[in-house]
This record gives sequence, structure tokens and C-alpha cells, in this order.
Amino acid sequence: MEGELAHIGAGLAGLGTGLAALGVGNVAANFLAGALRNPSAAASQTATLFIGIAFAEALGIFSFLVALLLMFAV
Amino acid sequence: MASEAQGAKEGGLEFHPMDQFIVKPLFGGDEIAWYTITNVTLWMALAVAGIIAMMVIGTSRRAIIPSRSQSIGELAYGFIYKMVEDVAGKDAVKFFPYIMTLFLFIVFANFLGLIPMSFTTTSHFAVTITLALLVFVTVTVVGFVKNGTAFLGLFWVSSAPLALRPILAIIEVISYFVRPVSHSIRLAGNVMAGHAVIKVFAGFAALAVVSPLSIVAITAMYGLEVLVAFIQAYVFTILTCVYLKDALHPSH
Amino acid sequence: MATNTNAAESAYSVHPMPQLEPSFWGNQVFWLLVTLVVIYFVLSRIALPRIAAVLAERQGTITNDIAKAEELKAKAVEAEEAYNKALADARAEAQRIAAETKAAMQADLDAATAKADAEIAGKLAESEKAIAEIRANAVASVEAVAKDTAAELITALGGEADAKDVDAAVAARMKG
Repeated sequence: MEGELAHIGAGLAGLGTGLAALGVGNVAANFLAGALRNPSAAASQTATLFIGIAFAEALGIFSFLVALLLMFAV
Repeated sequence: MASEAQGAKEGGLEFHPMDQFIVKPLFGGDEIAWYTITNVTLWMALAVAGIIAMMVIGTSRRAIIPSRSQSIGELAYGFIYKMVEDVAGKDAVKFFPYIMTLFLFIVFANFLGLIPMSFTTTSHFAVTITLALLVFVTVTVVGFVKNGTAFLGLFWVSSAPLALRPILAIIEVISYFVRPVSHSIRLAGNVMAGHAVIKVFAGFAALAVVSPLSIVAITAMYGLEVLVAFIQAYVFTILTCVYLKDALHPSH
Repeated sequence: MATNTNAAESAYSVHPMPQLEPSFWGNQVFWLLVTLVVIYFVLSRIALPRIAAVLAERQGTITNDIAKAEELKAKAVEAEEAYNKALADARAEAQRIAAETKAAMQADLDAATAKADAEIAGKLAESEKAIAEIRANAVASVEAVAKDTAAELITALGGEADAKDVDAAVAARMKG
């Protein structure tokens, strides 16, 4: 029973991965919107874009990790 | 892998998606001591060989007009040098070999891990936590050596209202100590997640009905992983530069 | 989760998530440190100084080449100026020579024209004189013929031709 509960928890944690996708999409979309308004400044901000994507992505990875831990380590 | 077949029957998969991360001794034996030559050793050695091929053998002709292999090495050099200079400042240039080491190791480990049947060293938290702790310790030591106790000003936000400052200081301290955790888990988690997902799709491929879909999915994931392999190395390096900048110029 | 262990492959059991298997950690950290030290020394002792030297040398070469190019460009500008000057000089010289030649030719021409005019005038005067002579001769002849004819006519008509009267009559007629 506990194992089954852990699997349900893992599935719920997996939702976080999809939500992180929203976050990454948000970062990229806003960057694109800004870049289209001021294309000359876009090139200098790609580093910031990747850092932002990495931070958003990392939180999704954390929830994936929680899912894995619930699957295998609990 | 007999027991896996048993586990696979229960899970519905032919093999376990996490099996690719198992560390195995290369020359037999069961015990893994700290000095045992394992697949970790093999793939790290391959990374070293790749780095030597790119940075030493590729540039051995020292041509004024670079050959292709030499321009790859020069490109990597210029890329990281510019990043260190731009992000961490001019006085961080003396840490450039250290940052270059981290970047090249992560890039090569990530890309070698994308070879099918390979072992990805950067997918292990033990490896990335070591990398992140090295950065953390370096940054902290450099911060205190360069600035003395003024380095603690990093946690004391002088631009905030006085009443808020203790609370902000607590938050800053926590976020400072969480740095190595997020720094390492981001890298290992991304790499591991991608590889595990590919393996899961590969497991689905055993069913003839879904195998075309699964192969398409593996191809798409592989493309994404190529991107992730570079971006995570880039992000790890640029965050190292950002932390280094905090240590050299702790003006919050 | 006992089914996920890897007991068949080795005597010990592996954690279902190999990243969390403590027996792997020491090995990985050790080999990672070895790898990093090797990479660091290869990079800091061999690769990076070499690339930095190559880049610096290239920068130097480029700077030198640019300086050389600037120099050559200045020389080219100088040469062009000299060429333009020479061209202008030559042009002026040519114009001067052309003007001189033109003047000399004009003088020759004027002289020749004057000479020709004079000759023509002389010849004209001579001719006029000759024509006047011829005309005078002719008038004298006509007068003589007229006198003779008149005298003959008078004789033929039975008269006595008086030479004086005939002369006067002819002269009066010829005047008219």
C-alpha cells in the first residue's frame, strides 16, 4: 500500500515537470517578444536567456527527481 | 541481468531505465573500492583524451592561419575567455584555466554520454556535487581572501530598509548555501532525466505497435539532449562565473 | 522494490537508483578528481598558453599587416599625387608647345598671305595696264577704219572727201 501511495506521489510530482515546461516557454516567449522589439539588444542577452531557462528547467528537474526518489528510494 | 527481466515483467519494461547508470568494474570483481578501475574511469579517461585531442593535438601546429581543428580549440578558448571576462570581470581571468577545465570536462562528459551504450559520468550526483563543491569552496575562499570580512557584505543588503536587512540576510545565507545543491542537481538531473526518458521510450519500443512512435520520440529526445548537453555545461560554467563575480566584487 | 536489485550480476545489491548507491561514490569522486587534475595541468601548462600565444601572435601579425597596409596606402596616395602633378605639368607643357606652334604657323601663314596678296596685286595692275593698252589700240584702229570707210563712202557717193571734215565727223560720232 505504501509503495502504491509512493507511485501516486511520483505521478503528482511528475506534474511539476510539465509546469516547468510552462515556465521555460514563458521565458523563451518573453525573450522573443523583447528581441523582436529591439533586435540589436537581443544578442547581448542570450546568456541571460539561457540562465533563465536553466533556472526554470532546474525546478522541473527537481520535481522529476522527487518523482524518481518516490519511485525508487522510498 | 536475470533479476531485471523479473523486475521488467512486473514493470512492463524489457530493461530498467536506470540500469545505464550502474557503475561496473571493468576488469571483473565485485567490490568497488575508491581506486577500482570502473566504467567511470573509462569514460572520464575518454573525456580527457578528447580534451587533449581538441586542445593539444589540434593546436600543435600553432599556425597563424588556423586549420579546422585548431580553430575549434581557439573557438572554445575564446568562448570561455570572453565569458569569464564579461561575467566575472577582468580580474577573474586568472581563474580562467580552472573554469575552462570545468567547462571542457562537462561538455565532453555530456557529449560522450550521448553515445549509445556509453556511461554518462555527469549523470551522477556524486560527480556533480564534487564539481559544485569545488566551485563553492573556491568561491568562498577567494571571497574571504580578497575581501576579508567585507565579503560578508554579500549577505547584508545595504540598499534595503534597515528593518528588513536581518530577514534578507537569512535568505541570502540560505540561498548562498543552497547554491552548490542547485548547481549540481541541475546538471546531473538534466542529464539523468534525458537519458532515463530515452531509455523509457526504448523500453516501449519492445511493443511492435508503439515502436515507430517510440523511435520517433527517441530521435526527438536525442536532439533535445544534444542541446541540453551543451546548455547545461554552458549554464554550469556561467553560474560559476557569476559566483566568482560575487566573490571578487561582493557589492550587493 | 526488491525486484529492482541487481543481485545476479554481482554479490552486492545495487540501489534501484544507482546515483544513490553509496558504494559508488568514493570511486567516482576519486576518478573525477584525478580527471580534473589531469585536465587542469594539460590545459594550464600546454594548451591554454599555446593558444594564447597563437592568438597574440596572430593579433600582432594582423596589427603589423594593417600598419603595413596603411603605409602602402599612404605610398600609393603619394604616387598618385606625383603622377597627377606630372600629368598636369605635361599637359601645361603640351599646351604651351601647341600655342607656340600655332603662333609660329599663324605668322608664317600671315607672311605667305601678304606675299601672295602683293603678287596678286602686281599681276592685277599689269593685266589692267595690258587691257588698257589693248583697248586704246582697238579704239585707234576703229577710228582709222571709220575714217577710211567714211572717206571711201564719200568718194563712192561722188563727193570730195575732205580729210578734216571726215576726222571731225568720226570723232564726233565716236564720242557720242
